[in-house]
Amino acid sequence: MAKTTFSRRATLRRVMRYIRPHLPRLLLSLALALVTVALTLYIPILVGRGVDSIVGPGQVDFESLTHTLLVIGLCTLLTAIAQWAQSHLNNRVTYDTVRDIRRDAFAHIQRLPLSYLDAHPTGDTVSRMISDVDTFADGLLMGFTQLFTGVMTIAGTLIFMLTLSVPITLVVVVVTPLSLVVANFIATRTHDMFVLQSKTRGEQTALIDEAIREQKLVKAFSREDEILAQFDEINDRLASCSLRAVFFSSLTNPCTRFVNSLVYAAVGLAGALAAVSGALTVGGLSSFLSYANQYTKPFNEISGVVTELQNALACAARIFELIDTPAQTPDPEDAQAIGGVCGEVSISDVSFSYAPEQKLIEDFSLRVSPGQRVAIVGPTGCGKTTMINLLMRFYDVRAGEIRIDGHETRSLRRSDLRKNIGMVLQDTWLSSGTIRENIAMGRPEATEAEIIAAAKAAHAHGFIRRLPDGYNTVIGENGGSLSQGQKQLLCIARVMLCLPPMLILDEATSSIDTRTELKIQDAFAKMMQGRTSFIVAHRLSTIRSADVILVMKDGRVIEQGTHEELLAGNGFYAELYRAQFDN
Amino acid sequence: MKKLFVYLKGYGRECVLGPLFKLLEASFELIIPLLVASIIDRGILDSDTGHIVRMVLLMALLGLIGLACAVTAQYFAAKTAIGFSSRLRHALMAHIQTLSYTELDTIGSSTLITRMTSDVNQVQSGTNMGLRLLLRSPFVVFGAMVMAFTIDFDCALIFAGVIAVLCVIVFAIMLVTIPMNKRVQGQLDSVTSATRENLGGVRVLRAFCKEEAEARKFEQRNRILVKLQLAVGRVTAAMNPLTYVAVNAAVILLIHAGAIRVDAGSLTQGEVVALYNYMSQILVELVKMASLIILLTKAWACGDRIQGILSISSSQRAGTEAIDKAGSVSFEDVSLHYKGAGAESLEHVSFSVRPGQTVGVIGGTGCGKTSLVNLIPRFYDATEGRVLIGGMDVRRIDEQQLRKAVAVVPQKAVLFKGTIRSNLLWGNESATEEELHEALSIAQALDVVSSKALHLDEPVEQGGRNFSGGQRQRLTIARALVKKPQVLILDDSASALDYATDASLRRAIRMMDHRPTTFIVSQRASSVLHADLIIVLDDGHVAGMGTHEELLAACPVYQEIYASQFDAPEKAKEVSANG
Repeated sequence: MAKTTFSRRATLRRVMRYIRPHLPRLLLSLALALVTVALTLYIPILVGRGVDSIVGPGQVDFESLTHTLLVIGLCTLLTAIAQWAQSHLNNRVTYDTVRDIRRDAFAHIQRLPLSYLDAHPTGDTVSRMISDVDTFADGLLMGFTQLFTGVMTIAGTLIFMLTLSVPITLVVVVVTPLSLVVANFIATRTHDMFVLQSKTRGEQTALIDEAIREQKLVKAFSREDEILAQFDEINDRLASCSLRAVFFSSLTNPCTRFVNSLVYAAVGLAGALAAVSGALTVGGLSSFLSYANQYTKPFNEISGVVTELQNALACAARIFELIDTPAQTPDPEDAQAIGGVCGEVSISDVSFSYAPEQKLIEDFSLRVSPGQRVAIVGPTGCGKTTMINLLMRFYDVRAGEIRIDGHETRSLRRSDLRKNIGMVLQDTWLSSGTIRENIAMGRPEATEAEIIAAAKAAHAHGFIRRLPDGYNTVIGENGGSLSQGQKQLLCIARVMLCLPPMLILDEATSSIDTRTELKIQDAFAKMMQGRTSFIVAHRLSTIRSADVILVMKDGRVIEQGTHEELLAGNGFYAELYRAQFDN
Repeated sequence: MKKLFVYLKGYGRECVLGPLFKLLEASFELIIPLLVASIIDRGILDSDTGHIVRMVLLMALLGLIGLACAVTAQYFAAKTAIGFSSRLRHALMAHIQTLSYTELDTIGSSTLITRMTSDVNQVQSGTNMGLRLLLRSPFVVFGAMVMAFTIDFDCALIFAGVIAVLCVIVFAIMLVTIPMNKRVQGQLDSVTSATRENLGGVRVLRAFCKEEAEARKFEQRNRILVKLQLAVGRVTAAMNPLTYVAVNAAVILLIHAGAIRVDAGSLTQGEVVALYNYMSQILVELVKMASLIILLTKAWACGDRIQGILSISSSQRAGTEAIDKAGSVSFEDVSLHYKGAGAESLEHVSFSVRPGQTVGVIGGTGCGKTSLVNLIPRFYDATEGRVLIGGMDVRRIDEQQLRKAVAVVPQKAVLFKGTIRSNLLWGNESATEEELHEALSIAQALDVVSSKALHLDEPVEQGGRNFSGGQRQRLTIARALVKKPQVLILDDSASALDYATDASLRRAIRMMDHRPTTFIVSQRASSVLHADLIIVLDDGHVAGMGTHEELLAACPVYQEIYASQFDAPEKAKEVSANG
């Protein structure tokens, strides 16, 4: 589990804040628990009383017995109702709290800066939102009521036993902790074995993960035997440490059962002797024996609950850490509302880097007139996405400013800025839903005719029509069965429908066949007419026709100018150009 | 699942002794209420203190013997379960090693990983608990009933009745909740995927200002989840109160019936207490049994899934012959139809290359380039025609020998956890330092190694995360070269390299002493244009074959590819006219 910056107390405070709205329900549930415990404990006494009414042949007091049995029946019904109501209330509180936390976490994710999301693996965030919240709810809320019931049962049992016989109660109280001691002894001794087991298991999982994911590679290099040998070595170690962990931990139950049977025997002895001397009735002894059976159970449960609670708190801390991660700087209150812009972009003295100690873009300036095309070129991994991040304000500049039509972008609402920029990335992302929903993502109110027109303009209409349900075809997460090229066309159609005054386009490199690529080029060209465009470009034709070329390397813009200027400058661009296009 | 029991072989003794000792322990527990009855009827009523002490000591003794039995049983159960799961894992892993690419494709690696990890673990805990409790719980339940019958027949009928009622309650609730729980799980998956999808598409969603809409969509799924959870909760919540009512109703009936019989003299007070105690035991065991059944059904389902993997066998028949002279590669009218695919991925491909020649394979995505080269090391079997290496059908060649002669650098550059050296030695365990150096030099990877503090012994994290894409790619090329293969296949493996490095790499391979027959798969015309033979694929067909000049003159598909990358003048004009 990742370490958290949350102290236990701070976590508890946060937990309380989520529980507060449910406090009345929770209190009612505790009251019901009290009722359940009291009645459950009262029944053995009633049974004992019943037993006392049936001493022997001709010595049965039917009148009082009937009365006792009626009371037992009544208590049973009340207990059942209280139990049912209590678990219902608990469910409500638990699930509602889970829902609230998940809702808040999800809403917070929408406001988190991209820098956080880029730095944290998706799986980690998802596991915080899903499994951590579940563990937290189960452990904390269920654990809490269990703990409460457990403590109440112990207290109640003690009180009832004391009313029956003080000496015998003392016997129970003295012997019972033995089972706790035994359980604790086993738990601490096996802890190290479990740590070793989960470490070894982790090692094995890592190997399995790696080897099976790349099984084809293993086969290509005929490494099957070596992998299997490596696997067996870990597997044998795992078997031997698992055996120890599983066996020794499984001693807890028999051992505590043994202690319980000792308690039972001791109560039997003390009780019977007391009965002989007349200090206790036979029914009283029967009640006592029931208690002796019940009394140790909550102790064992409580020790389990405590670990569960600790675990739950650790999970809660991980969730709150996510929820409390500072959100992106909020949009300024007095943000000027802008409608459509002309698309004039001026970047002045911008500095930016992802990590403070690693300089990336320094004092970068660029002026783009409305309708101009800017091509961004450079080798793979040169930081072309950084430009997209800054223009879209996924990240904010560290120094300098970016102005659109003269407005400083940080003085605008992000939504106003982003509505003016259409973005098509090479990494095509589609939401699960119908084709229609995907195209209309930017304008859910668009009419059917508009959607079809956008799809036609993006050359997507043809393949959509051939899909089984046309525009209503449901596509799974990330496009499902659509080909890479089809997905790209849908992404283009999505932007076509809005046609904002500025565009950011990421040209496809390799994963698309030539014919689809031609269609995409054509769609791109159509879109770019009269719009300020930033294109991450790979094709020479795009690069040549650009008004400005930004040449990036190692995250920095190292050259800028037109194709001719850059060739004449004989720098990195010229070198790149010759490597690629001259034989 | 049943077929998996062969992996229990050798644990027969443990499988019998474990449950047996458990039953012994349970029998001792069943005796206790009788002892209590005897304490009441003989000890208390007759004031026989000696008898009381003897009975109590007997109870303690039974407890001690019970403990010994239980410990033995736990040991046998743990030993069997662990041995079983360990063998299962080994069997699975060994079996997976024998599967061919076709089976690996159909099953998928994430399925295999789940089978090997969580499924085996479930089977292990199922076996363990099953050996411990499967016999014990029913034994105690029915044992208690039998003991009741030995005390009093009529009262015991109440036992029979309540056991039936309890079984109905427990199983009815389980039956109702199992499908409901499945629905909850499904909805939880949908909440999970909403989160995952939102995180995956964060840039697009924010670009379209969909933050609030997404939060609303999520909240909707979230609400449905709570609704389903509450619905299951309502049913499950009935379990405890109902069983409680049933057992207590039985207790009331029991005491009432007992009273009448005690009054008539056919039953003693102590026996009534004993009957009451048996009733309590039944309740405890029944609850355990219900959770055991859930655990066992799960484990059984996991076992079935594991068995499912073990029953899949490789679709390739192993060859046995040795290669004598590799190097030349020829395809004779080869077609490939992947299992489950709608159409053929390669159709009637024929060509032939001499040792040391370079072949370029070019074409759009999904046109069959990778399929073509994958047939050479026999990752898949051709569905029609023959693939020959050194004049021999690859299906006749011993797999180890074949894979030694052919080295593949796959599209995805993956390194394994270890060191740079351990990764390079994959190619050849006994490669010398000079050989590694030479391979690195050809792969243009010397600077990758020298840039690291520990050089060849630099640790590689899982998947090679601590290397950049380009670095990984060059190291995987070096790994293949360490084999000193007779056939080298570069499957689009220069995509992360810049053009200059790509060119140096190709030059270095051409200059090698024992020049391998080289297949270069690429989307870039620049990577293949110097090849001795270029195969142009289009949708599984050979659209053209020949040298660069021949194809440029005669093959329209090649012309199109070349034009799109090398900027035919008329197209540039057209695009700039649009701008």
